[in-house]
Amino acid sequence: MVTTTYMEAGRRALAEEMRRDPTVWALGEDLGRGGVFGQYAGMAEEFGPLRISDAPISEAAILGSAVGAALAGTRPVVEMRFADFALCAVDELVNQAAKARYMFGGQGGVPLVVREPMGMWRSSAAQHSQSLEAWYVHIPGLTVVAPATPGDNLRLLKAAIRSDDPVVYLEHKDLWGLEEELGDDEPPGDLGSARIVCEGSDATVVSWSAMVRNAHAAAETLAEEGVSVEVIDLRTLWPWDREAVLASVRRTGRLVVAHEAVSVGGFGAEVAAVVSEALFGSLKAPVKRLGAPRVPIPYAKPLEDMLRVGPDAIAAAIRAQL
Amino acid sequence: MNRPNLDLERLADRHRRMHRIRAFEEQAVAALEEGLVLGAIHPSIGQEACAVGAVGSLAREDLLLSTHRGHGHTLEKGASATAMMRELFGREGGNCGGKGGSMHIADFSVGMLGANGVVGANINIAAGAAHAVRLRGERRIVCCIFGDGAINRGPFLEGLNWARVFDLPVLFVCEDNAFAATTRTEAMTGGPGPAARAEALGIPSHAADGNDVGRMAEVTAELRERILGGGGPQFLWAKTWRLTGHTAVDKAAYRDAGEVAERWKDDPIARAAETLRMHGVGEETLSGHREAAVEEMRAAYEEAKAAPWPETAALYADVQDVGDPREAAFRW
Repeated sequence: MVTTTYMEAGRRALAEEMRRDPTVWALGEDLGRGGVFGQYAGMAEEFGPLRISDAPISEAAILGSAVGAALAGTRPVVEMRFADFALCAVDELVNQAAKARYMFGGQGGVPLVVREPMGMWRSSAAQHSQSLEAWYVHIPGLTVVAPATPGDNLRLLKAAIRSDDPVVYLEHKDLWGLEEELGDDEPPGDLGSARIVCEGSDATVVSWSAMVRNAHAAAETLAEEGVSVEVIDLRTLWPWDREAVLASVRRTGRLVVAHEAVSVGGFGAEVAAVVSEALFGSLKAPVKRLGAPRVPIPYAKPLEDMLRVGPDAIAAAIRAQL
Repeated sequence: MNRPNLDLERLADRHRRMHRIRAFEEQAVAALEEGLVLGAIHPSIGQEACAVGAVGSLAREDLLLSTHRGHGHTLEKGASATAMMRELFGREGGNCGGKGGSMHIADFSVGMLGANGVVGANINIAAGAAHAVRLRGERRIVCCIFGDGAINRGPFLEGLNWARVFDLPVLFVCEDNAFAATTRTEAMTGGPGPAARAEALGIPSHAADGNDVGRMAEVTAELRERILGGGGPQFLWAKTWRLTGHTAVDKAAYRDAGEVAERWKDDPIARAAETLRMHGVGEETLSGHREAAVEEMRAAYEEAKAAPWPETAALYADVQDVGDPREAAFRW
């Protein structure tokens, strides 16, 4: 077992896949010097500049060429630097990568991974902080992953690289330093299975990415009050583990969905809708969504903090359902 | 066989192949009027020399990225006309199983990696395919054809720069038909145009008469050799003229009839025929090419018309491996 950060776990996943499969390569801005956050540190030395490829600041070309390279028999891993910058390559992701397999009748696939560091971190403000997962879940053809732990970052990035379809891989910047003891041999994870963070019988909290920490903290607070909360980390948002969520809510009768993204049109709305459709008769309280208000992310810390869904807000939402 | 005879034979064959493209598109336009072609089609009538000259000079193993106006390119790369007609009709047995249509046609079995419904989007994809060719150590080139409208999109800058920076084996062909949809490209383009822009990015640029099928073939073959020899990306600016509208239903009233009539005199098929006549090729051979092409495409039409619709299961096939796209998955 070795203590591994969330960031190191991503690096280890990519390195292990590159050693296993010579068609795996990575491209993005500044990768030769380790990437903007250091996620690729030392990799150019091991794999050389062809497989850890620097790129011009040309997001459309980075993602578009990854589509071509995937169609032509390689498995590119694209680094987008900030999830926000991936918006410069929406056509390449949404119109090209996501659709090629289907519209060409299954003649070829697009096995690429788009790594998009997401979320609020160090007052990065409106253009460097967004959580846009719901956009991607909306697009047929895309798999969407948002790991919350180092272990999941290791296992799910491996699974994403081995996937024959395009995967939007959202790492949360605020989790880079999170540590976990990981084994020497960690096989790829399962795309589409949730993790039960803690079991409980009175209410269910569904979350993903960095928000899982807050949900867990809320559950611990409520445990001291004698309230038993089950926390589910979805891990992947498409496909998402409906069975795990429905099984939990069937038992608890209460659901809070908490995420960092804007609440309006967020993925929490999808979870809430599916649970309401399936379990209306057995719900003990209305389903509650917690997310950011619909404002661009401000720079000033007191204002930014007003957007954050903290453990207290999650605990309060559950108390209100009891 | 001496060289003039060989050249003549090649030209005759190219004349025949241009007629195949013309006949395919005329048949498709007729089928559209009949309601059999479901979506928009973008004929390349008048531009057949670019398809036959450029794509016809690629090797089977070379890869091709094309545009929404790509019937000719796709046929020349070796796709079956019947499968293409089925695709245009949205039928089973189409190149894409009826799920792509004219604008999203592809035939991976012949290295045709896709037309594209988004102008210029194929440029980065082609650069990436060339990147894969280099990573895998393969000996082949990627050919990317786009129109003059594409040079005003961002991917033109990003993709050409990319190909130069990584020194990739890709041939960019700007098939300049003078129109960006229904607007004259000239009126919307700053500076001296496609070749100058490519040169500015360090990519050697070559101009050719896009209505001269022999010249297009010669230049393409030479550039292909140059790329295979390690010469890096090359740019070919082929000037042609779109003789019909943007789509098959566009009457192109924004052009003067006199101008169009004048341009028809430069029809690449007529030009090739004239050269062949001058060298003694008989009318019977020339009209035979036309008749054979019409007959072939008529047969493709008949077969496509009789082909069944795709199975309903195709709706859910090939979305992605994980997750269930069916609404039924939500029934509890």
